[in-house]
Amino acid sequence: MEAQAVDTPGAAVSPRADTPSTAGAKPRSPRTLGRPVVVLLRLCSLLLFFALWWGVSLLNAHVLKVFNPVLLPAPDEVLRAGIKMAASGELFRHITASLSRVLWGFGIAAALGVFVGTALGRSRLLEHLVEPTLEMLRPIPPLAFLPMMVLWFGIGESSKVAFIAYAAFFPVFTTTVEGIKYVDPLLIRAASSLGATERQIFWHVVLPAATPNIITGLRLAFGLSFFVIVAAEFIAADSGLGYLINDARTFFLVSNMLLGAAVIGIIGVTANVLLRKLEGRLLRWRAESRGKS
Amino acid sequence: MKSIQIERVTKSYTEGALALDEVSLELSENSFTCLLGPSGCGKSTLLNMIAGFIEPTTGHILVDGREVTHAGADRGVVFQEYALFPWRTAIENVEFGPMVQGVSRAERRATAREYLSLVGLAEHEGKYPRELSGGMKQRVAIARALANHPSVLLMDEPFGALDAQTREVMQEELLRIWEQDKKTVVFVTHSISESIFLADRIVVMATQPGTIKEIVDVALPHPRERSSAEFVALEREIKRLVREEVAKLGVTG
Repeated sequence: MEAQAVDTPGAAVSPRADTPSTAGAKPRSPRTLGRPVVVLLRLCSLLLFFALWWGVSLLNAHVLKVFNPVLLPAPDEVLRAGIKMAASGELFRHITASLSRVLWGFGIAAALGVFVGTALGRSRLLEHLVEPTLEMLRPIPPLAFLPMMVLWFGIGESSKVAFIAYAAFFPVFTTTVEGIKYVDPLLIRAASSLGATERQIFWHVVLPAATPNIITGLRLAFGLSFFVIVAAEFIAADSGLGYLINDARTFFLVSNMLLGAAVIGIIGVTANVLLRKLEGRLLRWRAESRGKS
Repeated sequence: MKSIQIERVTKSYTEGALALDEVSLELSENSFTCLLGPSGCGKSTLLNMIAGFIEPTTGHILVDGREVTHAGADRGVVFQEYALFPWRTAIENVEFGPMVQGVSRAERRATAREYLSLVGLAEHEGKYPRELSGGMKQRVAIARALANHPSVLLMDEPFGALDAQTREVMQEELLRIWEQDKKTVVFVTHSISESIFLADRIVVMATQPGTIKEIVDVALPHPRERSSAEFVALEREIKRLVREEVAKLGVTG
């Protein structure tokens, strides 16, 4: 909740005395940690993970010999595998293959999700006509349709793109419907009393009010796209990071399998950071803290 | 010249309860009228009908001689909850009316600036609503309503969400603004002192069904002193009227 500042009686003479609400004030948690401590802890988390991995791998290979050392290569081996594959250009080929499928599928899902979501959010008739079907399909894991999509669209690019588009459609669609439907009716009244037409209310009130919801849906959908592309490339592809992992499995190249997973992780984190940045820029008006001009 | 004519307006909701029963009222141009009464007397319903948000069940409402059929730019509305567009800065909020009327960018910016300085917020034009205090938000909302040059300004308990001090400041500010930019004002409140401080005319409303109980003309000169004998006497008289209605609610409700 926002803290409201008190307008001092002197504000009548000088309204500048009105103090703005302390937008940046967040409720302090009982034990607040200093920033350097936080950074250090977060770094330790990562270091500990890699140290543990390295330790277990080396200890098993040279001392304990509990399992076949091929099953768990050390982080440096994975890194070396990565450098080798990057040098040959193979890694880049897989990355672009996966990324282009994700971008296509996600793009289609985003456009369709926002469009259908908006239409359903605006029209009761359409909502009752379409929503039950979508609600029936939604709980079915998209993966269940993957083999069928391969039958329908073949093993080319279109089956993967269609599959991602299908999976990513739902989060965009649901959040858009919610956003459009639950716009504060008072804002619509305010706009209409300012002379806005139905059309203007849609473009200048309903859509901006629904934007935070839509952006959340897009972010979820993007994450989901990456999630499903790997599965799709397991079963029907000759390129892509999912294919890389699955192909490495047949040749028992565990380093390459881990490499594929690591690259997917890095891309996912990068994409999320970029999307958050974009979100922060688009939704500047409701950011938690902002420098007071 | 009559600005607002309310002719035998009745409003009943589907449950059968009468919110308003045959209310007739005429408000002259540039007058300041307060609709006063306990909750449930239909004062907000009446205001929402003048605004065009809801339709009367029977009867007519005319603003500047034209029948009200829907919300329109000739009637500016200020809400208790401010209803600012959170994604627009203060100045962009004020520009909204001129923007939807198709006024050019430069011109509407100039208009918005003029009204923001009228309400004393010239230096806060680039701030988003969440960066403003309650009183400042309501100033922006008033500027937004006025920037559209409405002939009527409808205010639905606009200072109800503000603390006592801010509320008094805003009442003084509203009178100052009204002096500079005269409009027919209809102001809904349940505060007796607020209505005496502001209005030329106080319409005291009765409950169940909502009707006009009494119309009190306030002849005190501005600025009105809340502790003056005349103010206190008037306050006592109106309190008696309102009490009767509150008592009625206590018995039946």
